Amino acid sequence: MVDFFKIFRRSVKKIVKAVSREKELENVIELKNVFKSFNGKKVIDGVSLNVKKGEALAIIGPSGCGKSTLLRLIIGLFPPTSGEIIVKGMSMTNMDQEELVNIRKHIGMVFQSSALFDSLTVGENVAFGLREHTNYSEEKIKRIVSEKLDMVGLKGSDTLMPSELSGGMQKRVSLARALATDPEIILYDEPTTGLDPTTTTSIEDLILDIHHKLGTSAVIVTHQLLTVYKIADRIVMLHNGKLIEAGTPDETKRSNDPIIKQFITGKVS
Amino acid sequence: MVDDLGKWIIGVLEEIGDITILFVQTILYTLRGTFSLRDLLAQMVRVGVDSLPVAIVTAAFVGMVFAVQIASEFVKFGAGNVVGGVMGIAVARELAPALTAVVIAGRVGSAFAAEIGTMAVTEQIDAIYAMGSDPIKHLVVPRFIASTIMLPILTIFADLIGFFGGYLVSVYVIGINSIGYMDSASSFLKMSDITGGVVKAVFFGMIISLIGCFKGLKTTGGAKGVGEATTNSVVYSLMAIFVMNYFLSLILFKR
Repeated sequence: MVDFFKIFRRSVKKIVKAVSREKELENVIELKNVFKSFNGKKVIDGVSLNVKKGEALAIIGPSGCGKSTLLRLIIGLFPPTSGEIIVKGMSMTNMDQEELVNIRKHIGMVFQSSALFDSLTVGENVAFGLREHTNYSEEKIKRIVSEKLDMVGLKGSDTLMPSELSGGMQKRVSLARALATDPEIILYDEPTTGLDPTTTTSIEDLILDIHHKLGTSAVIVTHQLLTVYKIADRIVMLHNGKLIEAGTPDETKRSNDPIIKQFITGKVS
Repeated sequence: MVDDLGKWIIGVLEEIGDITILFVQTILYTLRGTFSLRDLLAQMVRVGVDSLPVAIVTAAFVGMVFAVQIASEFVKFGAGNVVGGVMGIAVARELAPALTAVVIAGRVGSAFAAEIGTMAVTEQIDAIYAMGSDPIKHLVVPRFIASTIMLPILTIFADLIGFFGGYLVSVYVIGINSIGYMDSASSFLKMSDITGGVVKAVFFGMIISLIGCFKGLKTTGGAKGVGEATTNSVVYSLMAIFVMNYFLSLILFKR
């Protein structure tokens, strides 16, 4: 009789544990009360945030409000001053170099300035992560590179140098490079800023396409509202280092929050 | 005033500490052998082959001007028959390694800082980290090994050219007996003088590449930052070369 209860209790515990782990896994990125200051100046002031699997979260806000800092914290380019960052259920704080590398394999990042390696060809740029983390044969790498370049509409450009490409094309290569290792999370830092309207639309379509096709989670940092409305599932606004939840694009447009309202209508108070 | 001095000293010590950390990490990656051979060869061409003309011209004229000064003075004191030996020792121990290092610091160390600095301000260094890799492995290690290998080789060239430049001036301009020049060189100059100079060059190669790469990696603030990094890399390299040269001479040549 006693044994039966023990077994019952144990299985209940197991189920509860499994359910909670499932819940944890649902959040691919979790920020808990994160602070970050540079030289005593607070840039991120107590941010809590989570990104669910397959979700496209946009972080909007004026230039220089710390949006890019937030992305760099998520990928561990520098540690937070305090607070905890959890990616794929693993806490990034106090991670050693090896664990950090393992986590970064699952994250692709598209930089504001594309950040292509200008001493390497387009193909070598896209192959960089594969050469770094896999033992694939040259043949297989070549195949993956041309597949990813095809995906971003730049088939056959692998022998070009980045300097031979236009800004929009560099963004595409940067996207292909981020996709090369099939990451589960893609971080976009101002993916459409500084591009002409046509190129902007094509990059937005590309991001949407990738998002739908591959089911990756995405964090998009930008101040381009049209881009946000088009590709985000959920929007948050960073203002003076603090986050304001804005909801879906439709909810954001109808928001009564004075700060959000002011930002999206572009009024100068 | 005292406060500023304290801050400056702390700053300098911090930089030395950071460069030491970079040195240790670079050595670890080098020992693991996880660098691209293609990158290494490209850097060796850049540091060695491409620098050869500058190193040769520098060595030739330094040897020549040194001969102008000492040969004419020595002849006045009737010591013309030791000029070859003095030239040989001066070139092998000091002039060739130190001045080759100065030329390389200006030509190659600055290029390292400018190139890596530009990568830093255009987010390329961040991109390397973000892709789960390390710029030390990709950028610093090939440059470090290339400099450490090529600077001693350039120094051997400089030894020959500098000594020969001194010979030409001593014999054909000052009028010293050519057999006397060679004789005194062969009796004065020991193998340890030449190897000592080459050992110095190994250390200079390390420090030039480390400072150049370090300044590059730490670059912030756009084009202005890249300019400052480049200048600073040369200034710090030169200071490091001269300070190290003194202590290395003490260790290697003090009898």
